[in-house]
Amino acid sequence: MNWLYDFNYLTRSIHESLAETFEPATVTIVEMALAGLCFMILFALLGLVLVYAERKVSAFFQQRLGPMRVGKWGTAQTLADVIKLLMKEPLINKNADRFLFNLAPYIIMIASFMAMASLPFAKGLQALDFDIGLLYISAVSSLGVIGILLAGWSSDNKYSLIGAMRSGAQIISYELSVGLSLLTIVVLTGSLQLSTIVESQANGWWIFKGHIPAVVAFIIFLIASTAETNRGPFDLAEAESELTAGFHTEYSGLKFAFFFLAEFANMFIVAAIGATVFLGGWMPFHIGGWEGFNNIMDYVPPLFWFFGKVSFLIFMMMWFRWTFPRLRIDQLLTLEWKYLLPVNLMNIVLMAFLSLMGWHF
Amino acid sequence: MKSIINYFKEIFSGLKSLMQGMKVTGHYFTHPKEIITQQYPENRETLKMFERFRGEVVLLHDENNEHKCTGCSACEVACPNGTIEIIPKRIEVEGRKVKAIDQFVYHLQMCTMCGLCIPACPTDAIVMANTFEHAVFDRSKLTKILNKPGSKIMDGIK
Repeated sequence: MNWLYDFNYLTRSIHESLAETFEPATVTIVEMALAGLCFMILFALLGLVLVYAERKVSAFFQQRLGPMRVGKWGTAQTLADVIKLLMKEPLINKNADRFLFNLAPYIIMIASFMAMASLPFAKGLQALDFDIGLLYISAVSSLGVIGILLAGWSSDNKYSLIGAMRSGAQIISYELSVGLSLLTIVVLTGSLQLSTIVESQANGWWIFKGHIPAVVAFIIFLIASTAETNRGPFDLAEAESELTAGFHTEYSGLKFAFFFLAEFANMFIVAAIGATVFLGGWMPFHIGGWEGFNNIMDYVPPLFWFFGKVSFLIFMMMWFRWTFPRLRIDQLLTLEWKYLLPVNLMNIVLMAFLSLMGWHF
Repeated sequence: MKSIINYFKEIFSGLKSLMQGMKVTGHYFTHPKEIITQQYPENRETLKMFERFRGEVVLLHDENNEHKCTGCSACEVACPNGTIEIIPKRIEVEGRKVKAIDQFVYHLQMCTMCGLCIPACPTDAIVMANTFEHAVFDRSKLTKILNKPGSKIMDGIK
């Protein structure tokens, strides 16, 4: 059972068994293909689980029951939806820019895949461990907006274009807050490498160790990241009541499914970043000095810790989405530029001061 | 200085109001017993409609097959979309001719369940029933005659 606590054993044994039979170049290609396959499976599973979770959670928040017909408690509902989407006819507008129209969903998916690749799922279970991991993630996770803009531009539909423009304005603004709130913790860790950030939380998560400024940064991160995924009270880009479906109005079938999947994958990625930076990633709940308690916590495999924290954050984002009314575009920009950004800047200076004086744990 | 204090006050009061909203939905989430939707075809046997639900107009009959409708047509006048049609007849009571109903025709397909006919009735002869399964395969079945065959007006209702 060692592999469950440290995936280095598993990856090393796979590597060694491959190296016995193949040349080094082939081994690299096979390993890359394996990792890609794992991510694709994870993506599909995430889509299935998160769509079902979203529908159930939203139903219970609104005193409904949600899907109940397909399978026990409606568990096979998303599977049925996937089959329906796969069989649908892919329609394209007569005046649409066909090349860009077809390209847009793939750009969004590629951006999600790239961001997903550098997430630390468990000890030793990380495809790319850059020393600028955090910078890389915040860079590629904002690539998705290119896909949204292309989708809006190429659909030849005014609603799509308005939705895409709003989404662009929104992501440009909120990217700042996400970055700065993550930097608040980077002040403490002194490293952008995700594995180092996780290791630095072995004696307590940063949200506890960094106390007040860390909590403020965490709240700002929650708000800004919800906005960055175009969800929740910030879903102006697809505001159903005003813009039919925003940037993906003209999409149908598999391409629509890609947009849908990417939305949920982005939610997962953002929650995973939040969990890694503020809540310790796969690191079990440790309190510095309490050896017995820490040893008990170590019995729970890191993978469970990671997915537990991520699902907690995803649940929080769903809670926001099904509680708060949608913001107007001017309210959205006011919130970012007049509230989140100044508070964030003050907060980062405060954190730097605390770090300088050594007043954190 | 005052504006700075107000700025932070605004942030905290904003956060507080958001928390209040989350408390309400959180209560709903943690109390699944309070779910208000019905699993309709499954719970058809046990489903009980609430009292004020307006399903269709019925003319009340007692055990002697007597109703309270005098045929005054007040409901017909009150109905905004011509759902009710009173076909009157003359009956002889104590040696003189009095107006009474021959047929109380009710077109369910035109009814919007507004319930304006109920308060219009001077003798409280009609009420709204809380039935709701009105689907039929033939449109003519939606035109109903509410007074039962052989029924007559109660004594003392004028």
